Amino acid sequence: MLIRVPPSSRALESEVTPESVYLSRRKLMQGSLALAAMAAMPGLASADTQGVYADVEPSKAPGWFDEKLAGARWQAITAKGESITPFKDATHYNNFYEFGTGKGDPAANAGKLQVEPWTVMVDGEVSNPGRYSIEDLVKPHAFEERIYRLRCVEAWSMVIPWLGFPLADLLKQVGPTSAARYVRFETLVDPERMPGQRSGFSLIDWPYVEGLRLDEAMHPLAFMAVGMYGRVLPNQNGAPLRLVVPWKYGFKSIKSIVRISLVNEAPKTTWERIAPNEYGFYANVNPQVDHPRWSQATERRLPSGLFSPNVIDTRMFNGYEEVADLYAGMDLARYY
Amino acid sequence: MRYKLWRVAVFLAASVPPLYWLYGAVFGLLGPDPGKVLVDNLGLGALILLLITLAMTPLQQVTRWGGWIAVRRQLGLWCFAYVVLHLSGYALFIAGLRLELVLRDLSERPYIIVGALAFIGLCALAVTSNRFSIRRLGRKWKALHRLVYAILLLALLHMLWVVRADLGEWLAYALIGGTLLLMRLSSVAGGLQRAGALFREHPKKIEI
Repeated sequence: MLIRVPPSSRALESEVTPESVYLSRRKLMQGSLALAAMAAMPGLASADTQGVYADVEPSKAPGWFDEKLAGARWQAITAKGESITPFKDATHYNNFYEFGTGKGDPAANAGKLQVEPWTVMVDGEVSNPGRYSIEDLVKPHAFEERIYRLRCVEAWSMVIPWLGFPLADLLKQVGPTSAARYVRFETLVDPERMPGQRSGFSLIDWPYVEGLRLDEAMHPLAFMAVGMYGRVLPNQNGAPLRLVVPWKYGFKSIKSIVRISLVNEAPKTTWERIAPNEYGFYANVNPQVDHPRWSQATERRLPSGLFSPNVIDTRMFNGYEEVADLYAGMDLARYY
Repeated sequence: MRYKLWRVAVFLAASVPPLYWLYGAVFGLLGPDPGKVLVDNLGLGALILLLITLAMTPLQQVTRWGGWIAVRRQLGLWCFAYVVLHLSGYALFIAGLRLELVLRDLSERPYIIVGALAFIGLCALAVTSNRFSIRRLGRKWKALHRLVYAILLLALLHMLWVVRADLGEWLAYALIGGTLLLMRLSSVAGGLQRAGALFREHPKKIEI
């Protein structure tokens, strides 16, 4: 018999909608109605999706994105009781060291990134290896919107509405073989357009590499994002394809992916290579295990005003406790 | 008081950055995490002021202009003021005024401990920077104020341990700091004075 145990983050129908969500419902409805209306008019289908979220910069999305947007399932997962970070903050306060180490560097420098055409090399222990165009990778999957908390290892956090599809769907598409135990991801290397990769003093050995255990990657919360705030991903947020693993520190959610490999040994990730005592392979959000240089017990939820600092307690697995089973029996202070 | 205008100009120049940052923070120009930006800016500003303070003596040796020494104490006190603001910002914006977090940082984190040591050193220099202390301490005053070299090393270490991925900026400050410390070696200082004297006598003939 198949027993389905719903994860604890999934809202039940019987749950009462908090007032704040109820009040913002009208805005969302207007947005979705506008979307539906646009989708109904083929000539307008490629228009951007302003109106869903406030102050979203308009963008010209590629065709493969617009085609999928019409059928998106909005608010498939929400963050109860959280207010969404303003678009401007989520797109102008970024860590994307390929474009510089300053928080404003990605927004300033990522404009030059060439996201069309884009291909992703899929190799290793898979039954369908090859170089996939982004169109082919995205085509089989329906878009959904997921509002996730994003907790940076530097102790700040945001709440971001992503658009995309589960990583598990992409993995099923390429077919991991029985030898596959880990997934390894690689970011683009393009020193001409990525000034951070030209720095002579960078401690990072490009390309940026991240990885997940296969069962982590197959977890329904692990997500491949191609958009945010109802539009295509801005370059500085990892266009055109990025990972979002909400229960891990932000650096695990690798951006602008050009290679996905299924491997049978744990890949050495970029931050593990730079400082293995500070950044482990797992990097699960854990208020009990401090970064050697700062506490992880609290976080600054951005925007954090100068006279009203928004310092809140950090939650185990960033509040996504349903992933705890993945780590049953593991000493999380050792496997940080 | 000699160099009055010059002193006032230095005072104004040193007071502008914190006021400008405060203005930026209040009007939302510093982004979504203004507290962190303020703390970082104040810390870096304090280091730059420390380096400028330490550059006054070599500048005086080369140029023989007394104005450099006239503003040295003021610059040192500005450095101290920036550090006080830097620490207040940390307690307010990073630790959210939670005392237990501050105490844990102080007992566990090397870069915070190193920063705190540098601050204690700076306090000792700041409280003895008045004329009364100079007279009272006599010879010991000079020995005490040599602490500034140790403070510079601690401050550089504090910054190094904050760096996450790119050493370029830190190396620039470390290089300047190292050069300023080297200039304190008596042989180098003597050379500087001779070069300065030579330059003043034959301004066009100098060759390096």
